[in-house]
Amino acid sequence: MQQFLRQFNLFTMQHKFFVTIMTVTLFLFNFNSFAQHNEHENESGEKSLKEKIKEDIQHHLLDSHDFTFYTDSETGKSTGFSLPIILWDNGLQFFSSSKFHHGETVAENNGNYYKLYHNKIYKTDINGSIELDSHDHPTNAKPLDFSITKSVVMIIVTGVLMLLLFGGLAKSFRKGPIATGVGRFFEPIIIYIRDDIAKPNIGDPQYKKYMPYLLTIFFFVWFLNLFGLTPLGVNVTGNIAVTFALALLTFVITQVSGNKNYWKHIFWMPGVPWPMKIILAPIELLGVLIKPFALMIRLYANIMAGHVVLMSIIGLMFIFQNWIGSSLSFFLAFALSLLELLVAALQAYIFTMLSALYFGFAVEEHDHEEAH
Amino acid sequence: MEKLINDFSFGLFFWQVILFIVLLLLLRKYAWNPILDAINEREEGIKNALDEADNARQEMAELKSSNEKILKEARAEREVMLKEARSMKDTMITEAKDEAKSQADKIIVQAKAAIETEKQAAITDLKNQVAELSVEIAEKVIKDELSNKNAQIKLIDKMLDDATLN
Repeated sequence: MQQFLRQFNLFTMQHKFFVTIMTVTLFLFNFNSFAQHNEHENESGEKSLKEKIKEDIQHHLLDSHDFTFYTDSETGKSTGFSLPIILWDNGLQFFSSSKFHHGETVAENNGNYYKLYHNKIYKTDINGSIELDSHDHPTNAKPLDFSITKSVVMIIVTGVLMLLLFGGLAKSFRKGPIATGVGRFFEPIIIYIRDDIAKPNIGDPQYKKYMPYLLTIFFFVWFLNLFGLTPLGVNVTGNIAVTFALALLTFVITQVSGNKNYWKHIFWMPGVPWPMKIILAPIELLGVLIKPFALMIRLYANIMAGHVVLMSIIGLMFIFQNWIGSSLSFFLAFALSLLELLVAALQAYIFTMLSALYFGFAVEEHDHEEAH
Repeated sequence: MEKLINDFSFGLFFWQVILFIVLLLLLRKYAWNPILDAINEREEGIKNALDEADNARQEMAELKSSNEKILKEARAEREVMLKEARSMKDTMITEAKDEAKSQADKIIVQAKAAIETEKQAAITDLKNQVAELSVEIAEKVIKDELSNKNAQIKLIDKMLDDATLN
């Protein structure tokens, strides 16, 4: 019961956050329409700025095949580095993303031609022509893309950072019972996850098995959320493929560790009359899938919404181009950045917390079936 | 929803799963397990130290209380001894007093008896002497008186009177 209450609280918390986001977004749309209204009277220069901002936001939210720090829009020169492209197209195709020239040219490798279209790689002819269907979707063949993209680089960077930080913490423990160095800062968080997330949700002897996963997922999500707020501008946890992978892992671990009781509660709910059992089984089965699905959408939507709102407000500074509007946008962006810092930790916490809760359901022993 | 599916990149998903599992396994071996063990060990150590301190404190308290008990007992013993001594002194004094008194009484009684005896002896002696004197006087008187007949009868009468009176 307590656990349901806690989940309910989390949902309301989420809800409040979404309300805030909605309010800010509505406010933003009002401004946008206002700006648009003005623009129709202006020349095309102003309009292109707004479109450029929109494009920038779109571009920022998506994964990219090269790591760009910033682009000078006047000269069209961008600073950054290219990343390796790995394709599966009748054998392994391996080449540098610099061949695309940021999507402007056709890349040739082993006699095959590829072109970037909306950050996706399509197989084309030598001219790089992309055929579109009636819904503006390209009909060209899409090779399987295993490229080391910007997001993959950030995942590797975060992984290495975590290995260094926590490996260092482990090493400092070898010298004595008091941790030293940077890792020391994370020790209370590790203890917090053990005592306030794992132990109450999973139960005392079983929680140990899940600690490595819970700790890894918490710090992984938290660090990537924080990286997303840096000017590096990577949106890894706001990418549906990443959150899907994380939710899938939680789902798989939950199902694998599910004991007899867990399955019994899904397919043949004890303590209710048999017609209800038949009705409840599909609902419970659906719940099994919805839980990780909600986990995936929650993290994705929160981080993506945060990025969109923050970038829109930063964009507003350039659209207003006056003292009052721009400084107001600046302070709004500042306040929102602080909020996003909180959200970064909060979403990592919620993901870990709910994962622990699901593992708890899976390993729970019910000796007291009438009690709840 | 369509946009979500469209945005879904299988490559990124693939790398995320592979890299995350590798990271998880590496961290479990080289970071989480040693860290959690160390924290557990430290907590156990702290718990043990606290328990030990508690035990030591308890022992100290026990020692202190036993000390106090011994002191108390000693004090009580001293008290008892003092009391005993005092009572002994009292009894000795009373006994001595009684003894003295009885001795004195005895002496007095003896003295009284001696006095009585002496007195009796003296009285007897005096009686004897008086008797002798009387006889002597009587002899002298009688010697004188017996020369006169009248005076003899008068004397005899008088003596008879005296004798009846006695």
